[in-house]
Amino acid sequence: MKKKVWSGNVARRGLAAVCALAMTATMLTGCGKKKEDASEGSSAQGTAAQTSSQDSDEVFTVGIPQDLDSLDPHIAQSAGTREVLFNIFEGLVKPDEKGNMNPAIASSYKISEDATEYTFTIRENVLFHNGATVTADDVVASLQRYKDTGASIFETVDAIEKVDDSTVKVTLSKPNTEFLSYCTVAIMPKDTTDAETNPIGTGPYKFVSRTALENLVVEKFDEYWDVDNAAHIKNVVFKVEANPDNIVADLEGGSIDMYARITSDQADQLSDSFEIYEGEMNLVQALYVNNAVEPFDNELVRQALCYAIDPQEIMDFVSGGAGVEIGSAMFPSFDKYFDESLNDTYNQDVDKAKELLAQAGYPDGFTFTIKVPSNYTPHIDTAEVIVEQLEAIGVTAQIKKIEWNTWLEDVYNNKDYEATIVGFDASTLNASSLLYRYTSDAHNNMFNYSNADYDKAFATAQATVDEAEQIKYYKECEKILSQTAAAVYIQDLPSFVALNSKYTGYTFYPLYVQDIAKIKLAE
Amino acid sequence: MKYILKKASMMVLTLIAVSILVFLAFNLIPGDPATRILGTEATESQLQLLRQEMGLNDPIYVRYLRWIWNFIRGDLGESYSYGSVSALILDKIPITIWLAIMAFFLMFVISIPLGIFTARHEGGVIDKIVVVLDQVIMAIPPFFSGIIITLVFGLTLQLFVPGGFVSYKIDFWGFIGYLVFPAIAIALPKITMCVKLLRGSVIEEISKDYTRTAYSRGNTTRGVLYRHVLKNAMIPVITFMGMALADMVSGSIVIEQVFNIPGIGRMLLSSINNRDYPVVEAIIMGIAILVMVVNLIVDIIYRLVDPRIEAIND
Repeated sequence: MKKKVWSGNVARRGLAAVCALAMTATMLTGCGKKKEDASEGSSAQGTAAQTSSQDSDEVFTVGIPQDLDSLDPHIAQSAGTREVLFNIFEGLVKPDEKGNMNPAIASSYKISEDATEYTFTIRENVLFHNGATVTADDVVASLQRYKDTGASIFETVDAIEKVDDSTVKVTLSKPNTEFLSYCTVAIMPKDTTDAETNPIGTGPYKFVSRTALENLVVEKFDEYWDVDNAAHIKNVVFKVEANPDNIVADLEGGSIDMYARITSDQADQLSDSFEIYEGEMNLVQALYVNNAVEPFDNELVRQALCYAIDPQEIMDFVSGGAGVEIGSAMFPSFDKYFDESLNDTYNQDVDKAKELLAQAGYPDGFTFTIKVPSNYTPHIDTAEVIVEQLEAIGVTAQIKKIEWNTWLEDVYNNKDYEATIVGFDASTLNASSLLYRYTSDAHNNMFNYSNADYDKAFATAQATVDEAEQIKYYKECEKILSQTAAAVYIQDLPSFVALNSKYTGYTFYPLYVQDIAKIKLAE
Repeated sequence: MKYILKKASMMVLTLIAVSILVFLAFNLIPGDPATRILGTEATESQLQLLRQEMGLNDPIYVRYLRWIWNFIRGDLGESYSYGSVSALILDKIPITIWLAIMAFFLMFVISIPLGIFTARHEGGVIDKIVVVLDQVIMAIPPFFSGIIITLVFGLTLQLFVPGGFVSYKIDFWGFIGYLVFPAIAIALPKITMCVKLLRGSVIEEISKDYTRTAYSRGNTTRGVLYRHVLKNAMIPVITFMGMALADMVSGSIVIEQVFNIPGIGRMLLSSINNRDYPVVEAIIMGIAILVMVVNLIVDIIYRLVDPRIEAIND
């Protein structure tokens, strides 16, 4: 948490329609063989019954960039919805701001040696917002309901059983050492039929009302089980701010108190009555190229691009130097997987780039098109810098801005593109949510990247039980991506959050989460 | 009567054309509702299943006929994210209607007295000032005056809270209060055009023979103006106001963005972004119907004001 000082060298206006950007990265199957150590987790039970109640009639209003796509946590898709529902729903385990998976509705869990059986002990006296106590039946019904939606991350779930009144066992058809990170699936009462209009969870805030296109109103849940992490502010409204141009005026005017992911320009315009928190967006931003089309099917060409492009210059131009350089498909807040040395696989070297191009048979360069989603200024700005940097090696890039839905259809689904600039986020806290998509037969491999060594390293990582060993293989994967220049990796974009100085406590997560329970009135 | 029937049948034809265009347009632009709903991680079989369920796999004419038939029966279908489209529109339409009514009211009460006043005092100091101001304001598009109003009245004078919209269901007068400034932004250019039109029209009528005759029969200026001149001078103004009303409804689409008002306009834009076709189609059809109905009403009012029009057309 730091107050940002602006050098003010970026003088362009920006739209902040971040919303659609986040891509969910989910992995399909695990093919690991066994898990030796039975992990056990238990969390510190809050003993003191101190609920720091700063309750007043004050309403805390959070601006969100788009309306929620659903209030049913098992159906909601967009990252923008998930980060709001985090306040209402909880799973068996719950991520914290450091990226750990802490027991939540489960008080502890055991993973069988072969990593196919996950046994959860249900925490006692966890209450739903409707006052009912969470039972093993609720857990079984919720997990089953989620599986029935056809969710790909639950594809390997074979059976969900109630062992006794406080124990639930999940059996997988294939060993998967990372399954725990999927157990954040929301637990709802077993007889839930109207989650869309009356969502009931166990989180620190409970649902009050929702008005389409306007807002979602929630209220502090007084019987929240985790007393230490209970909410501070009583009334919270998530208000839809459809027009990003209004954000500054609405913050200054007082109709919203907080807005996550404002642009650096908006941060500049805000007065002193706002605290700007600076963090990262947890995205892998890169110039992604279609590895199956000419000339990008040639590794030398891709490497030439890497030598031609300087991430630092991009960060300076796009957000006044903020942001963190990356060298592979992993962002820094995934600390244990991130390998900083890969940032130096390629350092800008125009001569080397030209040499590689000549070797590849393109001594005079070539021309290609970068398709960029038009709703996200940082990517467009990045594209502009890249176009200039590529000019130096005789390569002509043209920017084509396309609307987000068109991007989804043409680029993501149909792979009809030469190059594009977006950022990938991780929907679950594990490395495979970012790395799986590079395996040759991944359904979401939009890069057409195919590398036998990579597939092997990834499969080995998946099958490895020991965590340190597993990390080693994931890092190996990252190294292969970097060396074969699967894409031109640029940065994890900076994220600026504006919070009215009346409040404090905003916390960044390595996932798409806005944890409002952490926000409290400033002293 | 015959004329109105003729008009009405023209309306039906136009509506059919609009419906085909709307339907086709959303089938031509890229973007697949199934992908939008299931997200980027959905597998092809999941997508296929949903498309089948939503009837997206049927031939286009089947889908069109099904949609239009339901539409005629008053069934606007289901939104992809909000449930019943009719319920959604019924919930949001009062916001836009109130906004348009307030803007229209402002236009009416300001432009008519001002138009007559400036025409009566043609060449006077006030007239000159008004004419110049009129030209300047006319050139400002509503979204821009909206931004200026937010800056001046919202942030500097703090007469309203930018983005502080409250629903009419919660606090009706607070709702009306918030709409005042957006209504002004929408009304401003219409007011200026209306003043200019009325002023010109009155001045023209005053110079005609019948006005001189009326004076010579001993009428006062006031009498001539209100009983003779205004009746004729109002005809082009009525046309303009009718068009302006329809324009205000569609103009609110832009203003709702500027002032963060969750009305029909906001709903239209977000539904286009979300590829929520049933909502988009219903709103566009609604706006088309509204414009046509307003035109019809204007036609009828014409006849009431000036019976000669009927004689010409019939």
